[in-house]
Amino acid sequence: MIDTSIFDSQVDNAWCPGCGNFSILKTLKEALAELELKPHQIVLVSGIGQAAKQPHYIKANVLNGLHGRALPAAIGVKIANHKLKVIVTSGDGDLYGEGGNHFIHNLRRNVDITVIAHDNQVYGLTKGQASPTSDLGFKTKVQVDGVMLEPIHQLALAVTLRANFVARSFSGNREHLKKMMKAAITSKGFSLLDVLQPCVSFNKVNTFKWYKERVYELDETHDHTNQTAAFQKALEWGEKIPIGQIYSDKRPTFEEQQFALKDSTLVEKGLDLEKARDIIQSYI
Amino acid sequence: MSKKIVAMTGNHAVANAMKQINPDVCAAYPITPSTEVMQVFASFAADGAVDTNLVTVESEHSAMSACIGAAAAGGRVMTATSSAGLALMWEMLYVASGTRLPIVMQVVNRALSAPINIHCDHSDSMGARDASWIQLYAENAQEAYDNIIQAVLISEEMDVRLPIMTCMDGFIISHSIEKMELLDDNEVKAFIGDYKPHFPMLDVENPVTYGPIALQNFYIEMKRQQVDAMESAKQVILDVGKKFGDSFGRHYGFFEEYMLEDAEVAFVVMSSAAGTVKAVVNELREKGHKVGLLKPRMFRPFPAEEMANALKHLKALVVMDRSDSFGSAGGPLFTEVRSALYGVENAPLAFGKVFGLGGRDLEVHHVEELFKELDKASKTGTIDKVTDYITVRV
Ligand SMILES: Cc1ncc(C[n+]2csc(CCOP(=O)(O)OP(=O)(O)O)c2C)c(N)n1
Ligand code: SF4
Ligand SMILES: [Mg+2]
Repeated sequence: MIDTSIFDSQVDNAWCPGCGNFSILKTLKEALAELELKPHQIVLVSGIGQAAKQPHYIKANVLNGLHGRALPAAIGVKIANHKLKVIVTSGDGDLYGEGGNHFIHNLRRNVDITVIAHDNQVYGLTKGQASPTSDLGFKTKVQVDGVMLEPIHQLALAVTLRANFVARSFSGNREHLKKMMKAAITSKGFSLLDVLQPCVSFNKVNTFKWYKERVYELDETHDHTNQTAAFQKALEWGEKIPIGQIYSDKRPTFEEQQFALKDSTLVEKGLDLEKARDIIQSYI
Repeated sequence: MSKKIVAMTGNHAVANAMKQINPDVCAAYPITPSTEVMQVFASFAADGAVDTNLVTVESEHSAMSACIGAAAAGGRVMTATSSAGLALMWEMLYVASGTRLPIVMQVVNRALSAPINIHCDHSDSMGARDASWIQLYAENAQEAYDNIIQAVLISEEMDVRLPIMTCMDGFIISHSIEKMELLDDNEVKAFIGDYKPHFPMLDVENPVTYGPIALQNFYIEMKRQQVDAMESAKQVILDVGKKFGDSFGRHYGFFEEYMLEDAEVAFVVMSSAAGTVKAVVNELREKGHKVGLLKPRMFRPFPAEEMANALKHLKALVVMDRSDSFGSAGGPLFTEVRSALYGVENAPLAFGKVFGLGGRDLEVHHVEELFKELDKASKTGTIDKVTDYITVRV
């Protein structure tokens, strides 16, 4: 097995002590190592936020772009070289808020990438405003009367749009988290893994204890191939919160449907300038 | 007039001005370093100190869109942003100005990605300089406060009806505590008066349409009207600046001239860096050097003629830009100033320096070094390089 230290980066960590992100980081390194993936085979993509710093802390290929724009960059990478393992690791605000449009349409597109959402139900980096996953009534310095917008129900959205892999886990259950990460990364097509992640500095409601008391693991009585059952589980929230694989599907991936990507990746094709010139000439 | 001297950050000063303005609608989406403006304002709204409808949106694009809708409906509308937030508003900026809506936006200047950087430079607002928004820049928290109050009146004027961004330097001003004067709530209220929107959609007796298609038949005329609006804005900005000065003692024009009248060489620099340059000018004056400063306040519309008049007696000048226009003839301020001097008889030698990108500090000794270049240029009548960077590793 690969030693996880192969993924250690030299960048100083800037997260708050006690942040749920530490466990997600550690678990991801372990999952990658257990899957025998090497740094050069992986591309980590993120937007901007606390979660979006995670790629800095892992030695692999990294593309850190703009807030909200992790997904379009990630699918660009994957389409250019679909042999790479492309993993988006970013925040709930980044993926479902500012990047919400990309989230919806990439669920539809079904490119074979894995999205790990560090879901702390808040904008951590900008110091505690409501995110699209904040619960109704969640009070912040700008949402002083509490959140009035319905939460985005990202898992239900993903079930509705038939993502190939939809799951939830909790940073406080590393064993479960690792299992879900490995399943998400090896599953073909768009994989969404939403990870409940306590933000100790700016979310004083949805704390480690709050999650710990509510989460329960789905067992085999849940049929994740059944869209209706999955939809119900995806919406379950409050006193009890299910973690585990909620939905699975077998839609063909975007890449599989591209004739140009059948035999080789785009990067392997190279560029024959002579040929390109001939084609252009034929139109002039 | 009751003076209230306080210690405040730039962000708090602006939020307090907004409280006194009491806009009908504000849209908020957080981004460093402007987040605090809307956050402090939200606390005023929560306390019932304003009547504003504060809407928290999911992106800056939505923030500007909400402002446009609310302004078209006839509301007094404000927002704040920085950096990528302003960049994301890009297409809506043109809709705001093209539909001639008075919207006041505080821009807290911050560098643009990539690489990501949260510190000050002017790339964000300079990137929007052609969007037909009026732009005013502040040196300190006091000016930021004074500018945004005046901005309301300027943008609402019938002959102007253009949106306006008031800009202050991220962190350097937004997060530093300074001594400043807050005006009395009632004085601000009286100064800006009640808002009478010109063509509100909520006036159901007189239905109006905003933003319909105009092709080869009318588009160019509408753009040309924006040119006229910018031209009218100049006099309005002077009038409002004078009214403000007469009422509160601080007068504002297009730019500030600091020891410029008898100067032989001068710096042209805006925003907080002008404070550093003033300190150096003082020190050099004590040593007997005839040096001065011109600090632009209004960048759009650009007061080309007035500035050329203020600068034409100099032997040499250096224009300092806190952003670059890559591949062009120089930074945005430099190209404007040099173009303003075209055709002026015996025009001063002018060179440009880009500085402070991504928050790189400008220190007193850097300005002193620049003075040596200015001095040499004025004595030899030549310049080594028309544009360059300072305080950079190459
Ligand atoms: C266009 C743009 N708007 C706003 C921001 C400011 N911003 C940075 S991170 C962030 C939200 C972070 O929330 P989330 O994605 O949930 O990540 P977290 O910090 O909670 O991990 C915002 C609004 C930005 N960087 N770019
Ligand atoms: S602010 Fe919250 S999410 Fe960000 S590092 Fe601190 S605890 Fe973690
Ligand atoms: Mg978050």
